[in-house]
This record gives sequence, C-alpha cells and structure tokens, in this order.
Amino acid sequence: MLLAAEELQLLSERARLLRVGILQMLHASKSGHTGGSLSAIDIICALYFAVMRHNPQEPRWQFRDRFVLSKGHAAPALYATLAECGYFSRSSLATLRQLGSSLQGHPNSRLTPGVDATSGSLGQGLSVANGIALGLRLDENPAHTFVLLGDGELQEGQVWEAAMSAAHFQIGKVTAIVDNNGLQIDGFTKDIMNVEPLVDKWSAFGWDVEVIDGHNLTEVVAALSAKKSAAQFWGKPTAIIAKTIKGKGVSLFENKAKYHGVVPNDEELKIALKELGAE
Amino acid sequence: MAELFGIRDAYGETLVQLAGENRDIVALDADLSGSTMSKLFAQKFPERFFNMGIAEQDMVATAAGLSLAGKIAFASTFAVFAAGRAWEQIRQAVAYPQTNVKIVASHGGISVGEDGASHQMTEDIAIMRALPNMRVLVPADALEMRAIIKFAAREQGPFYIRSSRMKFPLVYQREPDFRLGKADVLREGDAVAIFATGAMVFESLQAAEALSHKGISCSVINISSLKPLAEETIIACASKVKKVVTVEEHSIIGGLGSAIAEVLSEHCPRPLQRLGVRDKFCSSGTSQSLFEHCGLTATAIVQSLS
Ligand SMILES: Cc1ncc(C[n+]2csc(CCOP(=O)(O)OP(=O)(O)O)c2C)c(N)n1
Repeated sequence: MLLAAEELQLLSERARLLRVGILQMLHASKSGHTGGSLSAIDIICALYFAVMRHNPQEPRWQFRDRFVLSKGHAAPALYATLAECGYFSRSSLATLRQLGSSLQGHPNSRLTPGVDATSGSLGQGLSVANGIALGLRLDENPAHTFVLLGDGELQEGQVWEAAMSAAHFQIGKVTAIVDNNGLQIDGFTKDIMNVEPLVDKWSAFGWDVEVIDGHNLTEVVAALSAKKSAAQFWGKPTAIIAKTIKGKGVSLFENKAKYHGVVPNDEELKIALKELGAE
Repeated sequence: MAELFGIRDAYGETLVQLAGENRDIVALDADLSGSTMSKLFAQKFPERFFNMGIAEQDMVATAAGLSLAGKIAFASTFAVFAAGRAWEQIRQAVAYPQTNVKIVASHGGISVGEDGASHQMTEDIAIMRALPNMRVLVPADALEMRAIIKFAAREQGPFYIRSSRMKFPLVYQREPDFRLGKADVLREGDAVAIFATGAMVFESLQAAEALSHKGISCSVINISSLKPLAEETIIACASKVKKVVTVEEHSIIGGLGSAIAEVLSEHCPRPLQRLGVRDKFCSSGTSQSLFEHCGLTATAIVQSLS
C-alpha cells in the first residue's frame, strides 16, 4: 500500500508526537531505554496506524494481527503507541516503571491491554511469534504476526533456532523486522560481536529478505503491508532489515551508545522537545 | 516381582486420548519423541505436532506462542534439557506470563542410568520449584501419570511434570484422583513418617512393610504435588510421629527434602533425615545399581531407620 500525501503527513505527525510522548515518559520515570525506543518508533507507529488490523476496544480480538516486541526494552515506544491507539489512557504513561503500574519496565501481556507477548529477555521473541503464527494457522485464522528484534539481539543463538523453525515449518504469516541501528549497550554491534552480513544470513536460513529505511514511513508501510497482504499460511517467512538510527529524532541522542539506557535529564528534555517542535 | 508400567507410555497414551477430545491440544518435542513417547501423539495428530529439532529453548518459547494463540501446549524432552537448557525460557515465556504450557520432562533423576551424569537430572525439582506460578508434579506410578496429564490439560497455566525413563510398579490399584497440593497417605504409622516422591514411593512402601516386622511403624505419604505442597497433610502426618524421612530421586538440595524441611521447620519441627542424591554427580550404571549406590532402595531405607 502506498500512502497518499495526507496519510503520510498524518502518520509523520503521529510519529513526532509519539517521540515526544516517549521522552516525557522516560523523563518522568527517570529510568528506561531512550535510544532503542526512538529507533523503533517509526516502525511501531507504522504497524499500529497503517499496517495491522487491530481493535483497541477489544484488545484480545481473535482476528487481530499480532505484534511481539522481542527487543522488550523499547517498551516506551510500544506503550506510547498503544495509548495513542486508545488501549489505555495517555495519562497512565507517566506511571511507567512505578510500583503497581500496568506499564512494567518491559512488556507484560497480562498487565497491559494491547501487549500481545511478554518480553524483556532478548532472543526469545521470534520463537514466541512463530508459536503464535503456528497456532493461528491451525485455526485457519488469517491474522499476521510481526516481531521486532534488535540487531544486537541477533547475537542470541535462540534467534537462529527460531529462524530455522520458521523456514522449516513454512510459516508464511510471520514477518521479522530487525531494528538495524548498529548499536548495542557496550558500543557498535560490528565491534562487540559482528552480526553481518544480515541479508546473507537470513537468506541462508530460508527467509525472504528486504532492506528498507526504517525511518521512511512510506517505505516502512509499503514493505510491511505488502508482505502482509501477500503472505500465505504456508510459505517463506520474511525478514525486513530496517536501517535505523539509534536515538533518531533528537540529535543529542542520535547514534550514541551512551543513550541506550540513559533517560533525558531536565535540560536534555528541553532541548529534545524543542527539536521535536513541542516546547 | 511386581509388574512394571511405563510412565512415559502413560504420558503418550493419555495425551493421544485427550487430543482426540480436544482439538486445541498441541505437542512439541526436541528430537526425543521416541523416548518421551510424544511420538504416539505425532503419529496420530501430525498436523498438531512440532518436532523442533535439538533446540529446547526455541521449543519452550514456541510452545508459549502457541498458548498465546489459544492452544494447550505439551512440550517434552529429557528433564536435563527441558529444565536445564531452557530454564530461562520457562521463566520468561511460561512462568512469568502464565502461558498454558505443560513441560513434560522425561528421564528425571538417576534412573536414566547408563547415559551417566550428563543425562541424569537431579536438580530439576529445585529449579522448577523456585519459579513463581509453576506447578511441579511427579507421579508415583503410571496410573497417577494419567491422572496428572489429564489434570494439567484441564487446568490453565504452567506445569512441570517429571516423567521417568524407568518403568514403575503400581502404587495405586486404579487411576487416582489428582488435585493440586495433594498428598496421599498410603500407609499409616506412628513412629516415622516417610514422605516420598516418584519411584521412591513404592520403595518406601516396601521399606515400611519390612520395618513393621521390626516393630517400627511408619506412615508413607506420596508427595506427587511438589508445588503446591499439601502443607496441612504434611504437618498432620509429622505431628503424629517422632521422626521424619524424605526419599527422592533428586538432590537433597532444593527438592522434596528441602520442601518438607521448609514446611516442618516453620510449623512442626521434627528430626528429619533426607534421603536422596547427596550433592554430587552420579555415574553410569544400571538404574538398580545407581539406586543402591545412592541408598535409594527399600533395603537402604530400612537400614537408615533401623
Ligand atoms: C538475554 C538478555 N541479555 C542481556 C540483556 C540486557 N540488554 C538490554 S538491551 C541490550 C542491548 C540490545 O541491543 P540491540 O538488540 O541492538 O537493541 P537496540 O540497540 O535497538 O536498543 C542488552 C544487552 C537483555 N535484556 N536480555
């Protein structure tokens, strides 16, 4: 699906507001993951506002498309999006990471309406997504399952077990998206433990692979919705390598390992909101 | 010699029976379906069976995903690989989100035998018991295994069910009722209370019989629900006797012995003797020779109480 000019504008505006929401949430909770939330937000925004079929009034609607945030530390991006969709109130975002909050530090499917899978321990989400898709296929339920992984996360061996499984079981309705920002906690992924060549790896594991600009909403929506509409129950799974920038949208945070798990202080928030046009 | 019945066969047969009645039951294995007996399910319901290859972590998390799509997922492999290799997947994808996953771990304990310590899982009860939301069950015989599998299929949420390579003699005459936090007092006695689990229940009954001829009256309690524990029954049984013994095919650290000690030291302190694997890796050997080596036979139980 190609976005019309107005749709693109609306979606970009949403993504901008979600960035603002993420930063405010992180600033309020004084803890959480800034860089990886900002690199993923365009993808998550595109999924929930332009690609996935879902119903905020009925979070467990059986025909909804599923989303597994395997890189669970980007929870703020998911929470901001779910609130924007209307799964819960925007005001609850300020309770992130507080004792008793429904917004846990990492996604919890039992506590947060709209969260399809619990995550936080990296490397497990693709297996979970495969299981969901296999279950849906047994019921001939046409819902699609999307899963978002970090590129550092791909260092976990289980990811490749799951990559093998999806191809082996021909799970056509699973799409894995790699948030390829090139950074992890301790530095650049290529220096810590190189995961490249990603296209070759996923292809060798039996996946269709496509590389996109993970911040170009037109491209993101086009790629994801095309995969979804073309997907059959039985077929090759697809990996989308989304080229992204960690901390995207706030120059202060962009492409810096430091802002992986550091939240904006008062001063940084001010600068960031100004850059995002939300003083 | 009493007739022996396979715990693993009871699993496979019961699962097939249940799956015939309920289309939502699915099964997974990690290249050991012929040993765990999930192959019976695979033969009957191939479209609902997923052999994940030698990838236990992927198996457990995939089972969790199937549960999120509304399925009742039975995942089986050897206990050492299920509880050991995939412990963190069980923690994160099963216990924490309370997915409807039943881990059926065959080859628990030292009776694995000849394969040696690499395959003899003697710590699984300890590490499964420590997980919130996890229900940890160990059948005393094939009939109880049937009841446990039926129960786990009915009851929403995570289970760890320990199966065994060994065939056991029957402890029950017919399929017992099963419920969580159950403890069956199989024999009454007023000097010693023997709490046993799994294959050790039959050994303990034999030991109690022999001890009765020596004038030592023992009760024998089958603790098949390691978690939750039948605290009231345990306290009631212990309060009637002067001494308590626990017998398990598991390390004395963290298993039945520890569980009973936790309950009794809080509510009803009694001198306690824990029989089990004494904080060591065993070796290759026949099941019987290993039981003898670890003091886990009726004769050894009698000796330790005489
Ligand atoms: C199994 C596991 N090990 C370690 C961590 C701690 N951790 C949280 S985020 C992170 C780095 C993730 O890097 P990447 O997947 O590239 O994510 P991104 O850079 O997009 O935030 C690590 C090591 C974890 N959550 N799970």
